[in-house]
Parts: sequence; structure tokens; C-alpha cells
Amino acid sequence: MSATTSATDEKANVGPMTARSSAALNAPRIAIKGLDFYYGANKALKSISLDLPDKQVTGMIGPSGCGKSTLLRVLNRMYDLYPGQRATGEVLMDDNNIIASGVDVNQLRSRIGMVFQKPTPFPLSIYDNISFGVNLHERLSKSAMDERVEWSLSRAALWDEVKDRLNTSATGLSGGQQQRLCIARTIATRPEVILLDEPTSALDPISTLKIEELIDELKTEFTIAIVTHNMQQAARCADQVAFFFLGELIEVGTATQIFTAPRQKRTQEYITGRFG
Amino acid sequence: MASDTAAHIVKSFELELNRLRTLISEMGGLVESQVALACQAVLQKTDDAAARAMETDPKVDALEREVEQFVIRLLALRQPMAEDLRLIVASLKITGDLERIGDYAANVAKRSLVLGQYQLPFSLTGLGHMSRLVQENLKTIIDAVGDSDIDKAVEVWRSDESVDEIYNALFRELVTYMMEDPRNITPCTHLLFIAKNLERIGDHATNVAETLYYAVTGTPLEGARPKGDMSPYAVVQPGRG
Repeated sequence: MSATTSATDEKANVGPMTARSSAALNAPRIAIKGLDFYYGANKALKSISLDLPDKQVTGMIGPSGCGKSTLLRVLNRMYDLYPGQRATGEVLMDDNNIIASGVDVNQLRSRIGMVFQKPTPFPLSIYDNISFGVNLHERLSKSAMDERVEWSLSRAALWDEVKDRLNTSATGLSGGQQQRLCIARTIATRPEVILLDEPTSALDPISTLKIEELIDELKTEFTIAIVTHNMQQAARCADQVAFFFLGELIEVGTATQIFTAPRQKRTQEYITGRFG
Repeated sequence: MASDTAAHIVKSFELELNRLRTLISEMGGLVESQVALACQAVLQKTDDAAARAMETDPKVDALEREVEQFVIRLLALRQPMAEDLRLIVASLKITGDLERIGDYAANVAKRSLVLGQYQLPFSLTGLGHMSRLVQENLKTIIDAVGDSDIDKAVEVWRSDESVDEIYNALFRELVTYMMEDPRNITPCTHLLFIAKNLERIGDHATNVAETLYYAVTGTPLEGARPKGDMSPYAVVQPGRG
């Protein structure tokens, strides 16, 4: 904390729960303004405006097909790979519109990393899973790469479990370990933003808690957006929560506000299980 | 606390929430009659009413424990959110307040038995007025809980000031009687405690009002409630009373 920390900041930093409930959101790392997204003629996102606060976790919730995963795909331009999919509006990062044409997509993806629902390790060694992405963007010496691999695996809370078998295949790891490896691979390129698309839906409860603990750790360095169907997970992990329905952003607020006193009736009905 | 939103997808959870509402209504009704009996015992010197008020207490306590266990079960098994969460937590707080109200009523009933042994040289008009007002507030807030009526909750929250005003007047009156004749000291001391208990019952009714308001709206009942109990500062001097 800086020397100019006020009394309220002190209070807000008593612990993670207190910090979360104190409801202070940081300045935006990414600012989404009037974003529309189309799968061909089908409009999947309707005029979305949402800030992702810097070094905090934004949880995105909503029923299947509400557009939350689509929004993540827009943020690192995954849709570029598919013809007929297009986005209009602004997604500002350092005042640059990252969905404008002419943006270097490979460079963008090194700044905005993504982890998917199912662990997707490369059929390579644990070490090479990490070094592969780094090699695309940087030239590192062997010792610098060793350091980077250790740093990434340590930050992803996996180092102690795999340090003696870095050269064995990553596919031999358990599901929870594979997912942490994918997170390690994502942070290895030192991105600024991490997108997590239901990262724990295929994991057992203990592995899930490890990932959640990891998210708490990682947000000291990274801005995080997580899509989850697990309401309790959003409540545990997120500082800010956004509720989507049929391509619209219905409500956004601090996790405490959304889960204790949502303002919109549809949010209320969804999170209490009275939907539809 | 009725809900105006759609029913829960999981029917058993909906049934459980309704069961919680029923338990609180039941407890509210029981406490309301307990306070009425206790007031009757004091004002009309009916020992029978006092006995019934005291007998009610264990039933109220048992209901509080039942709600407490039910709430813990709901929190553990349902992980409620938003209005469900607020309702469940509010239930715990409201039953806590109701249980205290029951204790005060039982205490009033006990004191009425001692009081009945004295011939009082003064009337209990002020206390009668206070007991009516407290019972009205209690009835209003218990009905409000059943109907999730926040307007009534605010009404009760505001009107507690009048209870405090009567209590202050009563305090001075009773101290004056004690100074006039030392034989009045024992009954007047009991009457002071009875008045204080009624005043506390009024305070718990306003607590329930605050809890209900938050449970229904999700926002706390803002602003300082008018605090009217000035008796801690009261000085009554001989010859000036």
C-alpha cells in the first residue's frame, strides 16, 4: 500500500472478505463500450458496456446462451478464427480499441490470456507446455526459461507437485493439475488480463478450491474475468459480478451487492433459483 | 414474510421457506398473547393471566430453538442467496427479539403477583396507556412480518418514541409516589421494572421492524431512530416532583 493510504483503505484491507464487501472497485483495466456481437445474422451480445476493474476479479453469470462466454471470446478476439462472426463497438485497453482492425492479434493474446473449461494441455512435457507459448513472444536463455517455468508453475500452485518430473508428459497429470498447468501456461507470457471460462466445471471440489485460492493469489498481479455457472464460486471469487441474460447485461455490481441485494428482478430470480 | 416473486424451482426449498414463515408467525402470535396476558395480570390483578403468561415462556423458547436449528440446516443445505438469504438471516434475528419479548412478558407477569398483594393509593392509568401502545406496536409489527409490509414496519419504528415519552413520565410519577410515602417503595419499584420491561418490549419491536425492512428491501432502515428514553438523566427532587 502506498504512503497515502487513507483510513478507509486500511479498513478495506483487513482481509479478502472484508476487502470484497467494502465494495471498492479499482479503475478499469478494460472498458467495454456499446459492444454488439453477431454470429452471422444472430445478435449474441446487445450493446454491452462493462468495466473490468484492474487487478480484481469480475465474475460473469447467467443461464446458458446468455452471452457470457461470447464476451470472453471477444476479449481476446477468438472469434477472428471464424468467418461470419463480428463485433462492433469498443473494447478499450490503454485507450486502444482492441477489436478494431489492424490490431496484432497474436500480441493481444499474449496480453490477454485465456483458460478453458476443460484442461487443454499440449501433448508435450510439463516444461514444454510452459515454454511453448513463451517462445512465441520472447527469446529467453535456457536459465531464464528455467526461471520462467518455475515462476509460472509456482504462481499456479503446481511447482511443488511437478518439480521432479518436468520432463514427463503433461497428459499424465490429474485433471486439477492439468487445469493449473493451463493457468501456469497462460501466466507464463506475463499477460495483463486472464480470462477463465468455467475453469473448474470439470474438477473435483478440492481441485476447485485450489483454483479458487489461486485466483485470489493471481489477482494481486492480474486482472481476471471468470465465467462460471457456480453461483457460490462467483460469490467466493469475484469482486465484481455481471449478470447476463439473452445477450444483454442485466445488472453489474459488487459481489456483495449482487448476492445479498440485487436491484433487478431478473437477477434476483436467477440467483435464488426462481428462473423461468 | 411473504414473497411476491415466482416460486422456487426446487419445490422442497419453497416448502421449507414457507415452513420458516409459519414458525415465525406462530412464535409471533404466542408472544403477542403472552404480552397481553402479562399486561392484564398487572392492570386487572388477575393471577390466572399471570400464570398463563409464565407458562407460555417455555413454548416460545422451544420455537426459537426450532427456528435456529432450521435456519442452520437451510444455510448449510441450500446456500441461499439474495432475498432468500435475507429472509433466513432475518428469521434468526426476529425470533431472537421475540424470545426476549417473551422473557420480559414473563417477568412482568411474575411481578404482577407481588403487586397484587398491595393496595395501591394511586391509579395505573399511565401504565395502562403504555401497555396499550406497546401491544399495538407489537401486533402491528407481527402482522407486518406476516405480510412483508414495510410501511407498517416504518410506522412501528417511528412510534416507539411515544412509548419512551410515556415511560419517562411514568418514571417521574413513580419516584414521586415513593418520596411521598416509603410504603409505596416496594410496589413502585416493581412498577418501575414493569414499565421498563414494557419499554424494552417496544425496543425489540423496533428491532424487528428494522430487520424486516432490510429483509424485504435489501437496504437498511436509514437514519437515527428517535431515542426517547430520558429516564437515565431524570432527577426528581423532594418538594418539586
